[in-house]
Amino acid sequence: MYTEEMLESIKKVEATRDERLHTEPRRLTAEEKDSLLRTWHPDYREDAFAEIKVGPNRGEKAPAQLTHLLHSNSRLYGLNLDLSRIDYDTDVLIIGGGGAGCSAAIEASNAGASVLVVTKLRLGDANTMMAEGGIQAADKPNDSPVQHYLDAYGGGHFAAKPELVRELVSKAPEAIQWLENLGVMFDKEADGTMVTTHGGGTSRKRMHAARDYSGAEIMRTLRDEVQNRRIPVLEFTSAVELIKDTRGQAAGAVLMNMETDDYLVCRAKTVILATGGCGRLHYQHFPTSNHYGATADGLILAYRAGAPLLYQDTIQYHPTGAAFPEQIQGALVTEKVRSLGAQLVNIDGEAYMHPLETRDVAAAGIIRECRGNKKGLTTPLGYAVWLDTPMIEEIHGEGTIEARIPAMLRLFYQYGIDMRKVPVPVYPTLHYQNGGVEIDEKCFSRTIGNLLCAGEVTGGVHGRNRLMGNSLLDVIVFGRDAGISAAHKAESVKLGSLTLNHVTEYAQALQSAGEHTNDVSPMLLPKYARHAREFEWRGFRYA
Amino acid sequence: MEEMVNVYFYGKRYSVPADLTIIAAWEYAGYTLKRGVGCRHGFCGACATIYRIKGQNELKTCLACEKQVEDNMYVASIPFYPQDKRSYNLDELQVSDQIMMELYPEIYACIGCNACTKACPQELQVMQYIAYAQRGEIQKCAEASFNCVMCGCCSTRCPAGISHPYVGLLTRRLTGKYIAPKSQHLADRVEQVREGRFDEELKELMQMPAARIQELYNNREIEK
Repeated sequence: MYTEEMLESIKKVEATRDERLHTEPRRLTAEEKDSLLRTWHPDYREDAFAEIKVGPNRGEKAPAQLTHLLHSNSRLYGLNLDLSRIDYDTDVLIIGGGGAGCSAAIEASNAGASVLVVTKLRLGDANTMMAEGGIQAADKPNDSPVQHYLDAYGGGHFAAKPELVRELVSKAPEAIQWLENLGVMFDKEADGTMVTTHGGGTSRKRMHAARDYSGAEIMRTLRDEVQNRRIPVLEFTSAVELIKDTRGQAAGAVLMNMETDDYLVCRAKTVILATGGCGRLHYQHFPTSNHYGATADGLILAYRAGAPLLYQDTIQYHPTGAAFPEQIQGALVTEKVRSLGAQLVNIDGEAYMHPLETRDVAAAGIIRECRGNKKGLTTPLGYAVWLDTPMIEEIHGEGTIEARIPAMLRLFYQYGIDMRKVPVPVYPTLHYQNGGVEIDEKCFSRTIGNLLCAGEVTGGVHGRNRLMGNSLLDVIVFGRDAGISAAHKAESVKLGSLTLNHVTEYAQALQSAGEHTNDVSPMLLPKYARHAREFEWRGFRYA
Repeated sequence: MEEMVNVYFYGKRYSVPADLTIIAAWEYAGYTLKRGVGCRHGFCGACATIYRIKGQNELKTCLACEKQVEDNMYVASIPFYPQDKRSYNLDELQVSDQIMMELYPEIYACIGCNACTKACPQELQVMQYIAYAQRGEIQKCAEASFNCVMCGCCSTRCPAGISHPYVGLLTRRLTGKYIAPKSQHLADRVEQVREGRFDEELKELMQMPAARIQELYNNREIEK
């Protein structure tokens, strides 16, 4: 399956492996990291961003594709939908059926509220399902939430909101306990000690895992619990606009049946946005590790209703996306592969950087190694570096890969590549939306009453770069918080009459700013049909 | 010229590049998928698919996001399959020999045809894990079914009408909650957080001037 050039390079990788097994590459200094990011991280490519011309973040920049959607109008603009015909009436409306949405649903229903979950695909179809490596929690004796705070806050370049980081790290051990009580099977020693490893940028081994199906194990358990509790769920139903009331609070959403295109009106005392990320917008034409539904819908809904975004200009490119073969291009190769000892190695067999730098640094490092230092290898799809997976079994013994990272073994093996024997080619892939709707530590929007957000749709928890394992943690901690907050808030909410005036006002603002895109947003589904593709239909190559 | 193959979506012929996955081939053919598509990387089980190569007797199942197209492949998506999940309150369940009989009695109607195992795109020993469940070997069933993505290909082929993924899921939840050894260090830490043991230090970090916390971060000791 590998080309001649790749096979030649593998000989060099093998030749240096013994020596590399006994040497740990040095970690970069703060100054070196800073300069690497500024020169090579995609967030610093100015031509890939565009200024937002309307709304609360007017004058700031966002990835060009996101700005385009923010500058597009609502499907409902000019439609005169009758909001007095209410199809659903609930205490808590949860938009999104991933890890955050399901956690919120369970807690809100626990708190006695009536709950409705809507999701544009199936319940559990979300990035949570695809998280592989693990979930952080400082529960070992040599660790503490304080140490976790320092890692997360520093790894996010000191830009996160301190009260959100405190919430994240303080509630992490309880989150693990909660999941275990729901029946999640974490990797453990025979005496019950959690098997924990490092992630990029962690100072203690606090990554808990369920093989390399960590997110899948969590997501299928949460989904099962939502179903056991008979919480109402509308699948294949998207939210296309938030509804507000005459007091300016969130009061529900206009839903759309994805299969019939019928609109439905849902009135709710509180609304939780848990819509996830943006990978399928393919910023800078990167491939993505994300779910089919990751089209940033929640950002559009919240913003049009008047909620400000935070750090919408910072995106996480996971350093190790599969770079070859084509069928799996962009698929996530979990950071756990590096936690277990695999190094990043260039075409000459050199471990050019420490394997566990934070993700932004590691991604920029790969791009520099390929584009700057010209020491990447060339696959039929473009540049890559090696992830030297055979090291794992040299360090931990034969059988480790199948036991600890079976999904990764499978990912490559089905295309004839055995990562136990040969290294695998990797290149950064669009992975995570660091920023999003700004919230407080109880998940409430800063400006719109009764609107809450949780998970990847939010901004501020991770600053300008998220650490591995803090996203699964985020969806559980803040998903639960949001469910509890929303249920309690709903007890005292008095709604005025429903309105979509903000949609008209937003359209007028766009018009005044001279912005026309001829598109509507949110996007809901990526444009992958051949006739609808906006760039090369297969393979998403780095521009 | 790239190599093209003929595939038949619901019986209708399309010419598509030979190196595509079935999902990418649907899209090449012009479909905008709503059902039968999910994570596209083999984790969510949304794209269960059944196919037959023309002239061959065997019906095969796969995940459309992983399976590469073949010439003369007749393809039908299985966007939904009516599996029968039982509802239960996990807190009230007890691990016992009877539990599978109570919740999923149909597993005892398994006729041993092994069609489930042959159908599994994850290459799990499905019939074997159902056998574990029949015998009340909950943890063994949990381990053997662990890599299940719940696509349901197994259930579509089962003459006994078993909803295998939900049997596996029940045993995993029972194992995670009741059978796996408890983590003392986790219970201790949850208690310490509840007592407020870290509150002061966290508060200090939150109020620390930028230069000091940066120094602290850049010089922190990293566990080997």
